Amino acid sequence: MSTTVDTFTVAETAAPRGRRRLAGRVGRRLVGAIGVLFAAATVTFFLQALMPGDRARLIINQSNGSLTNPTEAERAAVAERYHLDDSLLSQYAHYIGGLVRGDLGVSYFQHEKVTSIIGAQIGSTIVLTLVALVLAWIIALTVTVLAAGRDNVWSKLASGFQIVSASIPQYWVGTIFLVVFSIQLGIFPVESGSGIDGLILPAITLALPVAGFLGQVSQDEFSRLLHQPFVTSSRTRGSSDLSVRVRHVLRHAALPGVTLSGWALGFLFSGAVIVETVFARPGIGSVLVTAATARDIPLVTGVVIVSAAVYVVANLLVDLAYTVIDPRLKDQ
Amino acid sequence: MSTASPSFDEAPAGTGGPRRGAVAWAHLRSVPVGVLLSSVVLLLFLVAALVPSLLETHDPFATDLAASLQSPSGSHLFGTDQSGRDVFSRVVHGTGQSLLIGLGSTGVALVIGLVLGIAAGLGGRWTDAGVSRFIDVLFAFPTLFLALLLVAIFGPGITTTIVAVGVGTSPGYARMVRGQFLAVRDAGYVEAARAVGHPPSRIVRQHIFPNAIRPLVAIFTLGVGQSIAFASGLAYLGLGVAPPAPEWGALLDAGRQYVTEAWWLELMPGAAIVLFALAVTVVGRHVQERLEGNVKVRIP
Repeated sequence: MSTTVDTFTVAETAAPRGRRRLAGRVGRRLVGAIGVLFAAATVTFFLQALMPGDRARLIINQSNGSLTNPTEAERAAVAERYHLDDSLLSQYAHYIGGLVRGDLGVSYFQHEKVTSIIGAQIGSTIVLTLVALVLAWIIALTVTVLAAGRDNVWSKLASGFQIVSASIPQYWVGTIFLVVFSIQLGIFPVESGSGIDGLILPAITLALPVAGFLGQVSQDEFSRLLHQPFVTSSRTRGSSDLSVRVRHVLRHAALPGVTLSGWALGFLFSGAVIVETVFARPGIGSVLVTAATARDIPLVTGVVIVSAAVYVVANLLVDLAYTVIDPRLKDQ
Repeated sequence: MSTASPSFDEAPAGTGGPRRGAVAWAHLRSVPVGVLLSSVVLLLFLVAALVPSLLETHDPFATDLAASLQSPSGSHLFGTDQSGRDVFSRVVHGTGQSLLIGLGSTGVALVIGLVLGIAAGLGGRWTDAGVSRFIDVLFAFPTLFLALLLVAIFGPGITTTIVAVGVGTSPGYARMVRGQFLAVRDAGYVEAARAVGHPPSRIVRQHIFPNAIRPLVAIFTLGVGQSIAFASGLAYLGLGVAPPAPEWGALLDAGRQYVTEAWWLELMPGAAIVLFALAVTVVGRHVQERLEGNVKVRIP
């Protein structure tokens, strides 16, 4: 969306020095991305500051399993360690200062650095997310080429699939897959682990709703493009229907989908939490769920900020990739 | 979706023609079967929410250890759980609370969305720029993560679920409302009203508001289905409404540990959620086409 807006800005300032403008564009995007991340961290910080109750007491009670009031000395030690008694502004400064150095603080209950807890688990989630994104694209493009602009069985199936995949919760689809393929048929492991055969069901489950959505967007664009002059011209040159669809229309129709991939990556990352829980797959999901249940604020905020960073970086990459894919942006 | 629908410029609010009754009847007759079927399903859910005893086949809380973990059968439509409670009756009993969560959180999301969206859409250039940036920042949080953060801060429970799902889904509404108000503000009939010399307050009240708000009815309908699915996802993770309550998500959470031996504990309450979400989507899309809204709904 923001890309379209930018097309106009670039067009307005039309000048011969394309490269310098590209550099300026990249620079502006980078500054914007950092700004969004900083704002996201600020929102997160002030949200977590709203937490009711005495945190020092919560931490002490959770760690020794009692519900009693801690002694003043115990309380002071914990408050000192987590800077709980500092003023809000000094806590904020400390927090942002840590972020700049890549430090997300220490977990309340695992007594380990948040970055190392996340670092140990995030790889598995990123693999799952990327495999799901590729799968979603394969499904969406296949459906688009077969169904768009036609009134046949495929197009009916496709529009049904899009409605259904958008309204079915992932844990439900995942559970059906788990019951059918793992428990009844025994093809895949019940607990996914980190092996390749434990990746297939979670990735398909995660990919389906995104495939439905990407499919819908590129199908709309595809149907619109089928009536463009360049399509008619390649048809008059004798290209077969399939060849026109794959070689000419598909390239253009994929553009809006590419823009949405940044959004899709954020969506997949968040869906991964649920899918990982369904298939008992290690990853950021179990970290987040355990942390949220225990109200381990530094760990939860850490995961939230990392995921916001993933989203921002993904959109930045998509935005920059757009200039490469769509040469019109450079020519203008 | 609605390819042949007239744009807002041609359809200002409140154009009731002389043959209103005839038009309504023609509309009703042209309603597709799927939409009628979905409406019946929604009606059944409404009955389950308001008078659950009409549909319950057993006492949803009566335990019977001799009949624990039975698969679905004639006497127990959805099977029984680990304590021998009838899953169907529990699903029926939970409908009210689940719908409340769905309506409540969509309401919260819509209020936040309206406040932000109207400020951006009708405020000046700078307000728009500021609010739009803020919406961008909210978008950087994956919806579920924002909700989980709120649950971690305030502890799980029904109020937290409503607020968390509402806040989590609000950025989408805010962006939609903003777009809607911008589009209507620049519409031909608003320009005409301005040219005729109507005061701004009257233009906003009579022209901009009704036309910008109307499509949101359908979006609200669609949103309720999404919110329920979303809230049940939170509950599935064990962070929604706590189990004894037979809310749909809580049923899912309670059934998770038995999934290898009793699939119905997980799939049957899930089926209720899916059925509701599908019915709402079908009806919502129909309403949307009828209202001739040009907004495309995208609430992930």
